[in-house]
Amino acid sequence: MLTLVTIALLAAMGMALIRAIKGPTVYDRILASNTFSTKTVLMISVLGFLTGESEVYLDIALMYALVGFIVTVAVLKVSEFGDLGQSRPDSGENRQ
Amino acid sequence: MLRLLILFSLTIVLWIALSGHFDPFLLSLGLLSAATVTLVSHRMGIIDAEGQPLGLIPGLLRYAPWLAKEMVRACIDVAWRITRPSLPIQPTIIRVPANQQTVPGRVSFANSITLTPGTISLDVLEKEIEVHALTTESAADLKSGEMGKRVEHLESG
Amino acid sequence: MSQALDMLSVLLLFFGVLFILVGSIGLLRMPDVFTRMHAAGITDTIGAAAIILGLMLVAGWTIVLIKLLIVLLFLMLLNPTACHALARAAVHGIRSPWQGESEQQQ
Repeated sequence: MLTLVTIALLAAMGMALIRAIKGPTVYDRILASNTFSTKTVLMISVLGFLTGESEVYLDIALMYALVGFIVTVAVLKVSEFGDLGQSRPDSGENRQ
Repeated sequence: MLRLLILFSLTIVLWIALSGHFDPFLLSLGLLSAATVTLVSHRMGIIDAEGQPLGLIPGLLRYAPWLAKEMVRACIDVAWRITRPSLPIQPTIIRVPANQQTVPGRVSFANSITLTPGTISLDVLEKEIEVHALTTESAADLKSGEMGKRVEHLESG
Repeated sequence: MSQALDMLSVLLLFFGVLFILVGSIGLLRMPDVFTRMHAAGITDTIGAAAIILGLMLVAGWTIVLIKLLIVLLFLMLLNPTACHALARAAVHGIRSPWQGESEQQQ
């Protein structure tokens, strides 16, 4: 069963990659990379159970969940403002 | 000061839950990093009622099962629409009134909207939330205001 | 008892995989960014939650259970936040979401 889940996750990741390559706008690509990172977290967790060392794998999955979120927000910020906010410290707030 | 103590004990609990070891060396490392995190958060000035919405927790336990039920229902609907060959969707943008008193309440409402498949919060304004809905039914569902009322209850505890 | 738990876990994993595949198909089929976000929302919420709950039933009462719970909590907190940030950036960048081929004015 777990092997089947891994294969299905790989297929879903392939579809996300197709969207990332095809995506007409930059937002499509960021959306694809965000779902890709969620699927990676799930796949690392499942792989942990397959290899029987889930304690170690789950730590990596946890890290990956956090890093994936930060990557999404950072790439969004760069694509919106052209930098990570060094020149405009309030760039996150002035759009409210 | 109480909030500092709460953050400190929460980070220690998180450390123990993630490590699972109890030998003195690792525990002292955990104490050290929890103290560092508490100190840095204090210096950043993010430990206040907004950064630590503890009052929401009892209401959240009552709210979560309803939200989970709602998510499953909306999810099955959206999944059914995706698998139809004709793709029966009518995307609309609506404004939903948000009568929550506090900022954490409004954030919970916006996050609940996004968490439910079929609706995404686009912009959080002062008294309302701009929502992109996949179908007119999901828009009407949100307009009926049950989720907003439940979040208001959650806020009052 | 453990037989029933195994059955439930297989069921949850099956539904998780089903929703993830449907969400990915939606990601390919939908006409614009916002509708694609709804499709991705299926994968990120129900699909992820079902798979992690299924794994939790496999894990039993160990530290792995706590770690899976924390992973689930982070995914549920971070995904809508990232999705909202993306939607807000897209609504500023694109300005005209797809509203059906026949009725552009709504």
